[in-house]
This record gives sequence, structure tokens and C-alpha cells, in this order.
Amino acid sequence: MLTLKNVRWSPEAGHEVLKGIDLEIPAGQLTVVTGPNGGGKTSLAKVIAGLNQITEGSILVDGEDITEKDITERAKMGVSYAFQQPVRFKGVTVKDMLDMAAGGEIPDDEVCTVMAKVGLCTKDYIDREIDASLSGGEIKRIEIASVLTRRGSKVLIFDEPEAGIDLWSFTGLIEAFEELKKEKDKAILVISHQERLLEIADQIAVIVEGRVRIAGPGKEIMPQLMAGEKYGTCPVEAMGKEML
Amino acid sequence: MDKLTENLLKAISDYTEGGYTGAYNIRENAGCGGRQSTENIEIVGKEDGSGIDIIIKPGTKDENVFIPACVTKGNVHDLVYNDFHIGEGSDVRIIAGCGIHNDDEEEAVHNGIHRFFLGKGSHVVYEEKHLGEGTGSGEKRIDPVTHLELEEDAVLEMITIQLGGVDKSTRTTTGVLKDRAKLLIHESLMTAGEEYVMTDFDVDMDGEDSKVDIVSRSVARGNSYQEYHSKIKGNNRCTGHSECDAILMEKGRVNAAPELYAGHLDAELIHEAAIGKVAGEQILKLRTLGLTEEEAEKAIIDGFLKG
Ligand SMILES: Nc1ncnc2c1ncn2[C@@H]1O[C@H](COP(=O)(O)OP(=O)(O)OP(=O)(O)O)[C@@H](O)[C@H]1O
Ligand SMILES: [Mg+2]
Repeated sequence: MLTLKNVRWSPEAGHEVLKGIDLEIPAGQLTVVTGPNGGGKTSLAKVIAGLNQITEGSILVDGEDITEKDITERAKMGVSYAFQQPVRFKGVTVKDMLDMAAGGEIPDDEVCTVMAKVGLCTKDYIDREIDASLSGGEIKRIEIASVLTRRGSKVLIFDEPEAGIDLWSFTGLIEAFEELKKEKDKAILVISHQERLLEIADQIAVIVEGRVRIAGPGKEIMPQLMAGEKYGTCPVEAMGKEML
Repeated sequence: MDKLTENLLKAISDYTEGGYTGAYNIRENAGCGGRQSTENIEIVGKEDGSGIDIIIKPGTKDENVFIPACVTKGNVHDLVYNDFHIGEGSDVRIIAGCGIHNDDEEEAVHNGIHRFFLGKGSHVVYEEKHLGEGTGSGEKRIDPVTHLELEEDAVLEMITIQLGGVDKSTRTTTGVLKDRAKLLIHESLMTAGEEYVMTDFDVDMDGEDSKVDIVSRSVARGNSYQEYHSKIKGNNRCTGHSECDAILMEKGRVNAAPELYAGHLDAELIHEAAIGKVAGEQILKLRTLGLTEEEAEKAIIDGFLKG
């Protein structure tokens, strides 16, 4: 279980991006965070993984306060994050990356299982470098595979896993998330704009302008989203009113 | 052969307790530390004693030749001329590393002048690993000069590695390619402390459909300084590509000066160069996999140099 209490983050003084987020991401469930572009979803993922340090509030994993822990320590405690924009490396191969993710050499059969989950053929990709030669969808899938390979994950965050991924692989991914849910000790947080993911969410949180606009069980939130209330007040409209 | 030489040989080539399998010539402190020819590969000393000729019979396949050189003390200025005559249609691997161990105050220098004559349709993989070690204040220097001549359809893959301990190194490589000949060079360099390396490639693609591909990956740390010069000349219908990537750490400096010359309308030449520090986001990504900052940096550098 991941708990966020009044989480605030400002990249620079006077510019607050996360404006007091309170959220509970339960284990054994799929929580989907959605909301307009620039709302603060990736910022939220980054403060959970420790890539950005919060300016106020606290973050707890299974009741333990991890606010003061750095990225490496959080990773070792079981916090995993699949980047929205995967990083490219010259010379580092898919195999190297998966070995690092596993914390040691990963057995061949496990490589096959994880690669199949993200819809990649092992023999075609395992020795490929994670460099500019990979397409957007390919590198995205390898990024997701790196998180699926982590051992002892307690909190798994996937930042727009659907981006650039074809329909067939996407179906496979949904299955992978469903499977992860069955491992009761894992809290799964997926950031997404994708209806199919929202439909299978146990919990949905809508983040607008750095705040949780609405949150609750998927069954309750989904009809509201579908009824056109997608993100509540349109932020552009709200800004216009203020200026008037 | 002394223990120091043996250790160097293990580090720079495939030397084992049982020695080498295949033809070899060991250069030890400017003298000969052992030599063996095989049925297809003949190694003979030059008459004036300045070096050796390595003669590979046409059609020789899947054989290895070891031509390592070691210097294990100061006040040695080794200069050697090695000529490789590769017979038509042969396919061999040549391992020619150089190791210097210097515990003395005087400098230790190895200067290998290598010439390669690749016969038609031959294929050679040439590996050269350079290493410096020892506690003396004497400088360790390796200055290889390599000249390559590739006949029609010959292919040379040259893999050079220098990962530390050599104080100064000037690496000069020149080459001439005939029709459909291919030259593939992969250089990995890492310098630290006050080390200096200068790499200079100068290749003429004279033959139609000849091809050159140079990939240089280097890391400059400490106060070290590296210079990279390459000149690829397309004098015919041909393709040339060079890629020079350098990572800077601490106070390392790099000067990359690539040059392309096209003397023919159908010469296609490309150069790519990038110099910069380890990308912060790469370190962040690996840290989210549980690596410490130091481990992440090492993984990035190791991958970069091998890739
Ligand atoms: N390091 C930073 N410095 C300054 N501003 C930042 C920084 N990181 C994010 N922001 C700003 O914070 C806001 C939220 O960005 P964030 O990436 O979290 O949005 P998002 O909800 O993930 O959007 P998207 O749906 O487009 O991925 C944006 O206005 C962005 O420009
Ligand atoms: Mg985002």
C-alpha cells in the first residue's frame, strides 16, 4: 500500500506543480491516475520514485515513511517506475538492462516470459542496444519490461504505458497488469488516458492542476468521466474567468 | 619469460598457462620471447633484426596469430617493424596487444610499426589491447603506427582497446582500399589522471564500392586529454562513416576533429560526433532499478565502451 499525504512539489520557488495530493494506492488493486496534460501526473510518479524531492507532505510504503529516502533506497524497498519517456543508452543492451533490473543475471526462460508480456520477440531484441535505433514503441515496451523484471516490487508505477504501443501488444499488457494484481502485495499505479485501462481500474484518481479533482472506485468514477465531466472544470476556462 | 610478462600476456591476449594455440611471436623487452610458426602461418625475423614478417598462406582459414609485445621495466625504448602478408581468400584472427609494466623511474616505450597487406577476398579480425601498469614514476608510452592495404574484396575488422595505465599514446592509422574492400574499426579508449591519447585515422577509399566504418568510443576522466582526428577520403563510388562519441568525467577534455573528403560524385560520407558528460537521466533510470549512483555510472560507461 502506498500512501500520499499532502504531497507538494515545486520545481522552483513560487511555482508549485503538486499542490497537496492525498491518495491511497491499495495493494492488490489497479489504480489509474488520469487527467489533462500538464496536470501533474508524471510529477507525482517522480516524487514517489524519488526522482524529485517533495517540498511538503509525506510518502509511505506499507506504513513506512520513505520521504527522506533516495532513489536507490526506494528502488531497493520495492518502488519501481516505468518512465513516460524512456531513456536511451549507447551500448547498453536489453539483456544488460534486464539483468540490472533483476539485480543479477536473469534466467533465459524468465527473459522470454517478460518479453512476451510486452509483446517483443526475445531473440530479435535481447542483444539490441537501447539506443536511438529502437522505435518509440519498442523502447517503451523494453522500459515496461524492465519494471516487470524487478524483484520484490511493492509499488509499480507505469507512466502512460499505452503510448506508442500497438493494439495487440496493448491487450497483452492489460493481461500483465491483471496478473500483477493477483499478487496481493503489489500496489499498481498506472498513469493513463486510455479508456480500456480506465475500464479495468479498481480505483481512479483524476489529477488536475496539481490537485486530486476526484478519486474513488472505478465503477463510480468511470460513469462521471464518460458523462463528459472528464476533468471537471476546464482549466483553460477557469483561467479565463480568473482573468475576467 | 618472467612472471610480469606472463601476467601482461594474460591481460592483453588469450594467453593461458598452456601458452598459445596457433602461430605466435612474443616480443619481450625489445627482444624475442618466443616464436612459433604453423603450417599455414610463417613468422620470420627480418634480416636487419628490426622486426618480423608474418606470412599467411592463401586460403588459410580459422587460424589465430598472436603478436603481443611487452615491456616490463624502465629505460626500454622498443621499436619494432612487423609486416603482415595475408594471402588471398584467407580468414584469420590476429591478436596483437601491448602491455607495459614499469616500476622504475625511467620511461618505458613500445613503438610498433605494423603494416598489413590483405590479399584479395581475405578477411582479418585484428585485435589490439593496450595496457599500462606498475608503480614507478617512469612514463609508459605506446605509439602504434599502423598502415593498411586492402586488395579487392578484402575485409579488415580492427578492434582496439586501451582502458588505462598508458601515460601517453599516439595512435596513427593509415589505409588504402581497393574495389569492394571494407575496413571496420572499433576503438574503445579510457584515460584517467594525466594521461594523453591522440588518435589519427587517415583512410583513402580508392576502390569502387569500398567501405569504411570507424566507431570511436572514449571516456576521458581525471585530468586526461584526448585528441581524435580522422580523415576519410572517398576517391571513388564508396561509403564512409565515422562516429566519434566521448564521455567526459571530472576534468577530462576531448578535442574531436573529424574530416571528410569527397573526390567523387558518388562518395557517400557521414560523420557523427558527440561529446558530453554522462546523461543525468541515464543515471536516474538505473538508480530506479536499485543501482547506486556509482554503480549506475559504471554500467553506463562499461556499456558505452563495449558497444
Ligand atoms: N522540472 C520541472 N521544472 C519546471 N516545470 C516542470 C518540471 N516538471 C514538470 N513541470 C511542469 O509541471 C506541470 C506538470 O507536468 P507533468 O509532466 O507532471 O504533467 P502530466 O500530467 O504528466 O502531463 P502529460 O499528460 O502531458 O504527461 C507541467 O506544467 C510541467 O511543465
Ligand atoms: Mg506525464
